[in-house]
Amino acid sequence: MLTVEGLRSAYGRIEVLHGLDLEVKSGEIVTVVGANGAGKTTLLKCLSGTQPVTAGEVHFRGDRLTTVPAFKRLKRGLSQSPEGRQIFTNLSVEENLRLGAFLFTDDRVERDMEDAFEMFPILREKRNLAAGGLSGGQQQMLAIARALMGRPHCLLLDEPSMGLAPLLVAQIFDVVTLLRKRDVTVLLVEQNAFGALRIADRGYVMETGRITMSGVSGDLIADPRIREAYLGL
Amino acid sequence: MDALMQFIFSGLTVGAVYALVALGFTIIYNASDVVNFAQGEFVMLGGMITVFTFEAGLPLPLAALIAIFVTSAVGVALNKLAIEPARGAPVVSLIIITIGASIFIRGAAQIVFDKQLHRLPSFSGDEPIHMLGATILPQSLWVIGGALLVFVGLYLFFTRTLTGKAVLATANNRLAAQLVGINTGFMMTLSFALSAAIGALAGVLVTPITLVGYDIGVALALKGFAAAMLGGMGNPKGALAGGLLLGLFEALTAGYISSQYKEAVAFIVILAVLFVMPQGIFGEKKTERV
Repeated sequence: MLTVEGLRSAYGRIEVLHGLDLEVKSGEIVTVVGANGAGKTTLLKCLSGTQPVTAGEVHFRGDRLTTVPAFKRLKRGLSQSPEGRQIFTNLSVEENLRLGAFLFTDDRVERDMEDAFEMFPILREKRNLAAGGLSGGQQQMLAIARALMGRPHCLLLDEPSMGLAPLLVAQIFDVVTLLRKRDVTVLLVEQNAFGALRIADRGYVMETGRITMSGVSGDLIADPRIREAYLGL
Repeated sequence: MDALMQFIFSGLTVGAVYALVALGFTIIYNASDVVNFAQGEFVMLGGMITVFTFEAGLPLPLAALIAIFVTSAVGVALNKLAIEPARGAPVVSLIIITIGASIFIRGAAQIVFDKQLHRLPSFSGDEPIHMLGATILPQSLWVIGGALLVFVGLYLFFTRTLTGKAVLATANNRLAAQLVGINTGFMMTLSFALSAAIGALAGVLVTPITLVGYDIGVALALKGFAAAMLGGMGNPKGALAGGLLLGLFEALTAGYISSQYKEAVAFIVILAVLFVMPQGIFGEKKTERV
């Protein structure tokens, strides 16, 4: 569904991604784990089009995506819940969700919003409040729910567990596994390697702009190098 | 008592013009956090283009439409040629760019048109209407009605339409707006066009009362800015209330103190707002969790 070949990207003259290859197949949950500063967020930004690519190609559902502007990528079925949530703080929770479905005006928008409220009941309670007043965990839920309102085939999740209490992290990861039933493919970027690998089918390990290991999640969790470097075991 | 009523009528008329300028500020501010100091030039262009096309023999409504259309195009050009290339620059730099643009437009108008003052005939005659013991010109009703209509239209646009919310979303978080599929560049262009059109409409409506010349924009921009600050930057309700209040303050100052102090009112209002309530009457206090 999503293939990345030889992807390079730079901030000014400093290259941070040094040629990445990565593949996500339809229906999978794939995770990219790695330490802070490894380039995980830059990778996702390249995929959503908010960070320029200097070399390499991104293909999505058979189309070349590399040069498609960011705002046109959701129409192709690629949605992102960005790092730091990036919700519309001065709009209400409901307006945030409605804007998630900006491309659509049909009846399904109502139903999708109901689904979002089912998934995260706290959002229904706060639907008329300004999103900026939500707690960190609630903002994260809103960011994921908003990304789903765009009816993605593939959802890019950037650090959904960042800064959240353990109980909330578990809840967010539960929601990610639920997406499998909705035929949404997931690419999950996480520092919380153990949590991410536990719910993912496959994983990639990223270090300073390169993929250093990849494989089935179970194998990665069992790998002694990974256990030492990322899982603290 | 009759005098008071008379001052109120004239205050509301002038205030409606300030409100229209402030509403123009509101749109661009909502889309980009930029205060567009070329807003007064849009009013001038609306008036000037109408005058010149009308004198060339076109019927007044058509002349006004052309003026509004051309001014919108100038607004779009301002965005495309001056604001968009500077994307990523701090908001203060963008504001300075709009000041530069306003000087440029004023200079160009001086060359394209002339340095004279011009007027248009009133839309519905010059017979004063007697009301509540005072008189009001029919043209004043046009100005006040125009401001109210634009306000209602904008209020509905920002609260009821998806496009209006997309404009707000673009200002609030450009990155997230792109991720939900909003063409943020188009939203900016749209808000400049809309804002310029509203400015031009103000110019058309007010020219029969106050006359128009190439240099009327500066004072209008400053007073519209004072009105927007008073009401709360970014809020259409605030722009309307701020504009009308500022007009009333001016008229009452001129009437009861001295007309020499009239021009100072806007500046006193700006200072008072900054000292006492920087968020304005309807402005929201920013509460955000990080």
